[in-house]
Amino acid sequence: MAKDKEIVKEKGITYFDFEKPIQELEDQLEKAVETHDKGKVDMQDNIESLTKKITKAKKELYGNLNGWQKVQISRHAERPYTLDYIENICKDFIELHGDRNVKDDKAIVGGFARIGTQPVMILGHQKGRNTKQRQMRNFGMANPEGYRKALRMMKLAEKFNVPVVTLIDTPGASPGLEAEERGQGEAIAKNLMEMAVLKVPIVCIIIGEGASGGALGIGVGDKVIMMEHTWYSVISPESCSSILWRSWDYKEVAAEALKLTAENMLENGLIDGIIKEPLGGAHQDPQAAFKLVKSEITKQLKHLLELDSETLIAQRIDKFSNMGVYEEPAVASQP
Amino acid sequence: MSWFRRVKDNIVTKTQDKKPTPDGLWFKCGKCKAITPQKDFVANLHVCPECGKHNRLDSEGYFDILFDRGKYVELNPNLVSADPLKFKDNVAYTDRIIKSTKKSGLKDAVRTSTGKINKREWTVACMDFGFIGGSMGSVVGEKIGRAIDYARENKQPLMIISKSGGARMMEAAFSLMQMAKTSAKLALLAKEGVPYISLMTDPTTGGITASFAMLGDFNIAEPEALIGFAGPRVIKETIGKDLPEGFQSSEFLQEHGFVDFIVHRKELKAKVSTLVNLIYS
Repeated sequence: MAKDKEIVKEKGITYFDFEKPIQELEDQLEKAVETHDKGKVDMQDNIESLTKKITKAKKELYGNLNGWQKVQISRHAERPYTLDYIENICKDFIELHGDRNVKDDKAIVGGFARIGTQPVMILGHQKGRNTKQRQMRNFGMANPEGYRKALRMMKLAEKFNVPVVTLIDTPGASPGLEAEERGQGEAIAKNLMEMAVLKVPIVCIIIGEGASGGALGIGVGDKVIMMEHTWYSVISPESCSSILWRSWDYKEVAAEALKLTAENMLENGLIDGIIKEPLGGAHQDPQAAFKLVKSEITKQLKHLLELDSETLIAQRIDKFSNMGVYEEPAVASQP
Repeated sequence: MSWFRRVKDNIVTKTQDKKPTPDGLWFKCGKCKAITPQKDFVANLHVCPECGKHNRLDSEGYFDILFDRGKYVELNPNLVSADPLKFKDNVAYTDRIIKSTKKSGLKDAVRTSTGKINKREWTVACMDFGFIGGSMGSVVGEKIGRAIDYARENKQPLMIISKSGGARMMEAAFSLMQMAKTSAKLALLAKEGVPYISLMTDPTTGGITASFAMLGDFNIAEPEALIGFAGPRVIKETIGKDLPEGFQSSEFLQEHGFVDFIVHRKELKAKVSTLVNLIYS
C-alpha cells in the first residue's frame, strides 16, 4: 500500500511517494545547475540530458496514473482552488455573500464577474490553505446554507440572463448536527431540480474533488468537464473501502473499482469533456492551468449562448435522463 | 447509595423477554419487546400493536394498503440491473444481484405501478429495502424517472414511497447521476401542476434524501422513521459526540420544517386521498 505521507521539497512543491523518481531527477538537475553556475565545471550537456529525462519520466508517470494516485493529486495542498481560478481568469469579480436565510457559508464562494468580455456568474467550493482557513472553509464541505447561497446566485444569473460557471472541489457535503437540522438533503435536492430547468447556460468544471451529492449539488450543467487529475464519484474511495470492505485499507482497490477518473467518466458518458492539465498537475504550473480552464469555459459558453433557453433545458434534461445502464428484456413477466 | 445511577433502561434482557419466538408464528417487537401473533401483526400492517412501531414493509404491502381491492398494474416490471463498472468488492456485483433476487423475489429495489386509490388513478413508486438495502442504481433511477413521466403524461397524482440507504455504490457515478435524473423529471412534473407526495419511511437517507424524497409538494413520513442526509454513524464520528435522542427521526424533521405531517400507516390511504381531493376539487 502506498503511504499518504508527503515529502516537502525545498522549492515549495510537495511530492507524493509515487512521484519520488521525478523528485530525485529534479534534485540532480538542481545540483547540476548550481555547479554550472559556479563556473567550475561545464555541466551544459548534463543539464540538457537531465531535462529531457525529467520530461520523459513525467510524461510516463502522469500519463499512467491510477485512480488512487489521481485522487491524491486532486487533493494536493498546492492545487489552485476556486478563488485562485476566479482571480486569474476573471475581471471585475464582485463576491456575493449569504443565503438570505441563515448565514454566509464560506465553503462556497461566488459572484458576478467577467471572463473576457462575457459577464458570468461564477461560483464554487472553496478549500483553505492553512489550518485557520481550512476551518473557516470547513475543508470545502458546504452546509445547506452553502447550497442555498449557490442557488440564490444561480437564480440571480437567470434573472439577468447571465450564464453560470461552477467550479467543483469538495470532499463531500458537510455531515453534522446543524447540517441535518437545516436540511442538507433538501438543500441539495432543490439545487438538482432547479439547475435542471435554469434558463441560462451552466458550465460545471471539476477542479479537484468531486465527491457525491456535495459535488452534484452545484454540478447539474449543460457541460460538465473534469480536469485531467481529478475524481468524481458517488463516494470517496476511503469511505467506500470502509463500507464495502469494512476496513480503511482498501482505498486503492476502491478507487479502481469506482472508475472515478476523468477518462473513466468520459468513457461512461457521464461527463462531457476533459481539460488537460500541465505536466504533473495544475499545481506544477498554475498559470498554464488558468489559461486552459479559461479557454475551455470561453469555448463552451460561446456554443451554449447560441441556444435558446427551451432547447438548452430540453438538452440538459435529456442528457441526465439518458444516464444509467440497465437491461430490459422484452419478455413481459407480470409478478 | 451508589455514586452513579443508570438513567436509561438496563440492557440486560429479562428472562420473560427471552422466550424463543419461532419464525412465522410470532412477532417480537424490536422496540418494546412485546410478542404478538404473526397474523395479528400482519393484520396490523406490520405495526406493533403494543407500541405502534412501524416495521419495514415491502412494496407489495404498500400497494395492498393503498390500491382499491389491492389491484394495480405494474409499470416497467422488466428492468434489471446491468453491471456497467464490472464492480467487485468481496463479492461481485452480479452475484449480489442474483443473491438479492433469489432472497427477495424482486428484480430491483423499486416497483412502480398505477391503479385506483379511492377511485382516483394514481401513480405509485415504492422502494424495497430487501433488495441491496433499497439502494438506488440505474434501474431504480430509471424506473422512478419513468413513473414520474407516466404521472405527468396521464396527469395522475404521484406518490413515491422511499425506503433506502442511499445510492448504490456498486454503480458509483451512474448511481449519483440518478439523483440528477429523478430531480430533473420532477421539475418537469411540477410544471404540469401534477401533485407529488413523497412518503419517507424507515430509513430514508443519503442520495434519496438529497433527491426525490425531499422534493415532494408534500413531504410526509411514517412515525419514528430515520430520515437524513448523512448516516448517524458518520455524523457521530465527525462531531465526536453522541447524537441527541430522536435526532433524524420523522418527528425531528417535522420540528425543523422538512416534513409536512406524520401519518400512521393505517391512515395513509384516507389521508392522501383527502389531500389530493382538496387540490382537484
